[in-house]
Amino acid sequence: MGVDDDPRSTLVVRAVGARELLHAVTLLGGPTGAVWTRVGGDALDLALLASAARSRSGTRRTRVLTALGVVGGITAVDLYAAARTRRMQHGRGRPGPLELQASVTVNRSPEDVYAFWRSLENLPRFMLHLQTVEDLGGGRSRWRANAPLRRRSVGWEAEITSEEPGRRLAWKSLPGADVDNAGTVHFGPTPDGRGTEVKVVLHYDVPGGRVGRAVARLLGENPVQQVRDDLRRFKQVMETGDVVRTEALPEGTDARHQVLQRPGRALKGGVR
Amino acid sequence: MKAVCFEGPTKVGVHDVPDPQILNDRDAIVRVTSTAICGSDLHLYDGYVPMVEPGDIFGHEFMGEVVELGPAVTNLRVGDRVVVPFPIACGGCRSCERGLWSLCENSNPNAGLAEKLMGHSPAGLFGYSHLLGGYPGGQAEYVRVPFADVGPMRIDDDLTDEQVLFLTDVFPTGYMAAEMCGIEPGDVVAVWGAGPVGQFAAASARLLGASEVIVVDRVPERLAMAEEKAGATTVNFEETNVLLELRELTAGRGPDHCIEAVGMEAHGDFTAVHAYDKAKQLMKLQTERPQAIREAILACGNGGTVSMVGVYGGMVDKFPLGSVMNRSLTIRTGQTHVHRYLRPLLEHIRNGDIDPTYIISHRMPLTEAPEAYDMFKHKNDECTKVVLTP
Repeated sequence: MGVDDDPRSTLVVRAVGARELLHAVTLLGGPTGAVWTRVGGDALDLALLASAARSRSGTRRTRVLTALGVVGGITAVDLYAAARTRRMQHGRGRPGPLELQASVTVNRSPEDVYAFWRSLENLPRFMLHLQTVEDLGGGRSRWRANAPLRRRSVGWEAEITSEEPGRRLAWKSLPGADVDNAGTVHFGPTPDGRGTEVKVVLHYDVPGGRVGRAVARLLGENPVQQVRDDLRRFKQVMETGDVVRTEALPEGTDARHQVLQRPGRALKGGVR
Repeated sequence: MKAVCFEGPTKVGVHDVPDPQILNDRDAIVRVTSTAICGSDLHLYDGYVPMVEPGDIFGHEFMGEVVELGPAVTNLRVGDRVVVPFPIACGGCRSCERGLWSLCENSNPNAGLAEKLMGHSPAGLFGYSHLLGGYPGGQAEYVRVPFADVGPMRIDDDLTDEQVLFLTDVFPTGYMAAEMCGIEPGDVVAVWGAGPVGQFAAASARLLGASEVIVVDRVPERLAMAEEKAGATTVNFEETNVLLELRELTAGRGPDHCIEAVGMEAHGDFTAVHAYDKAKQLMKLQTERPQAIREAILACGNGGTVSMVGVYGGMVDKFPLGSVMNRSLTIRTGQTHVHRYLRPLLEHIRNGDIDPTYIISHRMPLTEAPEAYDMFKHKNDECTKVVLTP
């Protein structure tokens, strides 16, 4: 490429090589945000090449400029990867609004399905992350979710903002909640009139800092999948009377345990 | 208790595992008195079904005695003798209400995974991979039966275990295969596969009024059985060109209905195609080896029905879709909705219309399951069906 054959250049080239290996190690083993260190490295490379191009002329200059172009391309790819990683991190502890939607069909009348959901204390039966929901009367309720970090539980009070029996139920957390959130459930008859289509829309305003991280852990790697699983369990409870459990998934449907399952056989000492 | 557990491809072992427990109020615990190895267990055994984990208990054809009941089961008592359908169905969802029991919407807790592969999830099955629920199977001393108020059928009379055991799967599966054809008098029905399901499909086609039944296989004793028990004409695919032979037998029309009772591990006579499919299957580029279904489609007469009850797990290549479309073929298929057939088929057994025990070739203790699987897979010793006793 036309690098000068002096000790200083050799040192620089080796240092750049070592840095590349370092990127590889952090990318493989470190946090996903580590992809940004590559972008930093690219900037350094571009600066080195630019300074080299200034003091070269003729063919040597062309070669350096070609290298500059190639590294520029690599920088673009790295920037794209970093931005994409950041987007995919959304909802995993990044502060900001998060909207989740899911739906399910239940083989019961809209009135029955609504009535079960409206008794808010039923929600923890199928929403795995909730510990309790307490009806305080007057449309108010107190919600408590599993504490994902030691001595740090997430709780809030909510009020029902609108209700149309058999059609719609909406609630919103009251000021002072750890996490501002709101939800709406739509209940409507299926086209054949035999069942109910349940559509859930949840809003979270995920804060930064420790609380945000706690919320992120609560919502899991794939928040939409968790809401879908909640609705699957809801359907099971409405249609069969209970959450369906197997020896492989003693807690029932749960995306977080779906990848690494226990073998399909009973456990020593039982599971319940 | 002792149970037949998967150890790895073509390896099962009889392990000491904890006894099952009631997990839901509608569960029962059944002490297994008889259980059978199904041809579809061989797909698990050979490692071709996704998400089968070492330690999983196999077995979905079993019957026994109720020894414990969850508080919500009121139609059974401890001591009842029951046969248990292989699909697990809740009885409360829309699919169960429509009689589509193997599509129960609630019995597969891994529905999310199944949806990724198949679009929507079918029911959970006993001992048939985590994709279909991860339920422990019945090749064991005891088994937990979910929704025991819906599935198990009580057997009160003096019929033996062997007479009613096949109501759990292979008899209803063969019967449904024939029923899906919509057989009318004068129809010719061809069946690919002379294993237990193919035998019962051929016999059921006769029960449902087929004028002629043709069975395609390569195992002489199985073909002889179909000839004797179902009055079938037989075609040995190793000795002849099946398509030409079927054309001759029907004077060029092709059979009115073709039943495929083979599934994902078919053996073919056309070696280059077989090698291609086997290589792709081993490289996990496709999950199936679909010779039998391809042949059934090409053989079927114009406007006919292809009824597919062989088990497939995922994706397939080189499927003759143009033949299906241009010739107005109807494909019907499904995991058997066993619950539907329990009582009507029990009547057929009781009336003496059919004695399902004729498919049994071997009776062995549960502890000899590893030898039994090996023998059944290789069809050694004229093995057609093994019944295991715990």
